[in-house]
Amino acid sequence: MSTSDWIQIGVFLGIFLAAVKPLGAYMAAVYEGKFTRLDGWIYRILGVDPGEEQSWQQYSIHWLCFHVVGLLAVLGILMTQQWHPWNPQGFANLPFHMAFNIATSFVTNTNWQNYGGESTLSYFSQMAALTVQNFASASAGMAILVALARGITRRSVGVIGNFWVDLTRTTVYILLPLSLVLSLVLIQQGVIDNLDAYVKTTGGQVLPMGPAASQIAIKQLGTNGGGFFNVNSAHPFENPTPLSNLLEMIAILLIPAALCYTFGRLIQDKRQGWALLGTMLIIFVPFLLLIVWGEASNMEGKELRFGTVNSGIWAAATTAASNGSVNAMHDSFLPLGQFCTLFLMMLGEVVFGGVGSGLYGMIIFAIITVFIAGQMVGRTPEYLGKKIETFEMKMASIAILVPPLCVLVGTAIAVMHPQGVGGLLNHGPHGFSEILYAFTSMGNNNGSAFGGYSANSVLVNILGGVIMLVSRFGVAIPAIAIAGSLAGKKTTPVGLGTLPTHGPLFILLLAGTVVIVGALAFLPALALGPVVEQFRLR
Amino acid sequence: MNAFMISVRALVFFTVLAGLAYPLVVLVAGQVAFRHQAQGSLIESGGKVIGSELIGQHFDQSQYFWPRPSATGAKPYNAEASSGSNFGPLHPDLKKPVVGMPRDLWTASGSGLDPHISLEGARYQAERVAVARRIPKVVVVQLIDEHTEGRQWGVLGEERVNVLKLNLALDQRK
Repeated sequence: MSTSDWIQIGVFLGIFLAAVKPLGAYMAAVYEGKFTRLDGWIYRILGVDPGEEQSWQQYSIHWLCFHVVGLLAVLGILMTQQWHPWNPQGFANLPFHMAFNIATSFVTNTNWQNYGGESTLSYFSQMAALTVQNFASASAGMAILVALARGITRRSVGVIGNFWVDLTRTTVYILLPLSLVLSLVLIQQGVIDNLDAYVKTTGGQVLPMGPAASQIAIKQLGTNGGGFFNVNSAHPFENPTPLSNLLEMIAILLIPAALCYTFGRLIQDKRQGWALLGTMLIIFVPFLLLIVWGEASNMEGKELRFGTVNSGIWAAATTAASNGSVNAMHDSFLPLGQFCTLFLMMLGEVVFGGVGSGLYGMIIFAIITVFIAGQMVGRTPEYLGKKIETFEMKMASIAILVPPLCVLVGTAIAVMHPQGVGGLLNHGPHGFSEILYAFTSMGNNNGSAFGGYSANSVLVNILGGVIMLVSRFGVAIPAIAIAGSLAGKKTTPVGLGTLPTHGPLFILLLAGTVVIVGALAFLPALALGPVVEQFRLR
Repeated sequence: MNAFMISVRALVFFTVLAGLAYPLVVLVAGQVAFRHQAQGSLIESGGKVIGSELIGQHFDQSQYFWPRPSATGAKPYNAEASSGSNFGPLHPDLKKPVVGMPRDLWTASGSGLDPHISLEGARYQAERVAVARRIPKVVVVQLIDEHTEGRQWGVLGEERVNVLKLNLALDQRK
């Protein structure tokens, strides 16, 4: 790795970490209700009483209901897109299985793409169906995190807040302003934003057009990741310069990292937030360095303006966070890079992870960790002043088992079915990696892909769609349940036997738990893919 | 039932806010403030669009600089179907390194539309272009240097040469 590589890694880490405290403090202020000027009339439109709080069951039902309605709307728009405005290329209606996969993908914040945007979707579909879900799915994830923070601070209370208030505040005060600013900077750098028909050059090249910048800003900020174009942020119209690339990379990790600080503020113990961020960083940085180092010799599938270093940083950020956008083709990575990107997703998208969902996932791992530590010394475990008992452990177990189950069962079905293997571009161990990557990505709501795998078959669309739903809901609902259960408990005073959860010992324990759980579930599968390929390369 | 009705109203509201108002505000602001970029950074001549500064084009005649290999669908540099090769390291069709040739010239880019080659990649081709055009090599090398973009702010990204702009400059040179 050259000096320039180290400098660029430093610039990236430095800027996004510098933003953690100011943005985190601002988001905490939003959730503490310090900004309310704009939301009063919104609640009247929605027909919601913002003062009426919900039990965890009600919160879950409203959360789920919003997803079902969103899914049906996306499905409806995509299956009828040829009759809508803003379709200068005359793209046809999508078949059900394809629309179903896209709808589940965008509703669950996965943004896996079985299509190439520039050859499939109208501008209306991109805006009214996909951009909306880019916001909604991100806000819904952050809402749960806030409910969980309330559950931790409240004592013997049956309610955890109002989903519609959390959703509205997140969208209006956090995501929309950030996206507006980022969109305009991206346009200045060369990202396109118009409603024109594709432009034909004198030499016969057809240049795609469209309202790209507004969607690209939120897909980076909201850990969505679904690209406006087929090759996502490798496309020069989606990511034209090294500066646009830096900003898009920072946007991937910005909110998930800052939420750690927000969480610390909300539970009135900032050290806890820093500890969670520290845990994420000690897992993330080594993988980032490994990917950059491993890819330093490989330009296949990479853009010259970014070079190998920015392709490596992006790959680490997008798989650690559940963003899933790409600026280089992961399918052409060397085995070490493939291994690292796969493994970061397999950790359950808790190292930064999705906005909100990454941190509530990490908190679930923290609950598992205090339980394991409690078992060692024979004490009832506590976390953040709350006793961790049977109900929390059941919910936490479901939440950490669902994603691996989705990944492994999905991969197993696909490798045995002709439609599952029919879409492979590469064969041998790398072919297995293509399928494993697809289901790891969908089963953890990431959305990135080994692009050689043509996943637009009925089997992969439907199976993948179901997996994305199960994996999103299978972690989210237990997290809301834990929030409700914790809210109902008394606060336990810190005693001599309480394991401090803000120090280096806990950070190491937590990081170890995350890595070991991931490794235990997936090392056999990884051995069949990237590991075999590495030996074949020699 | 209550949850369902609120969900429907919320979705309609957020569709209007985030799906129409937000993209249209960005659209108008972008068109007003940065129209050239928002329209695709087009290179025009006499009212006709020659190409985009950002999107590479296919050149294979010896008097032009050649861009990186492109794996876009149907034909190279097809901007309607962006794509990388997606060949894994053991794929039989993956191009093998050519001794002495800068690596960007034998590896396919991620988008298939990469507008740039490296400075080494341009210099590597200078001899061929000079011979085909019957001009001294120093003139071509000088043109390359004039069209080399450094790292952004001296730090970000990689040093590079825009192939389309360089070829247009070659043609305009009289």
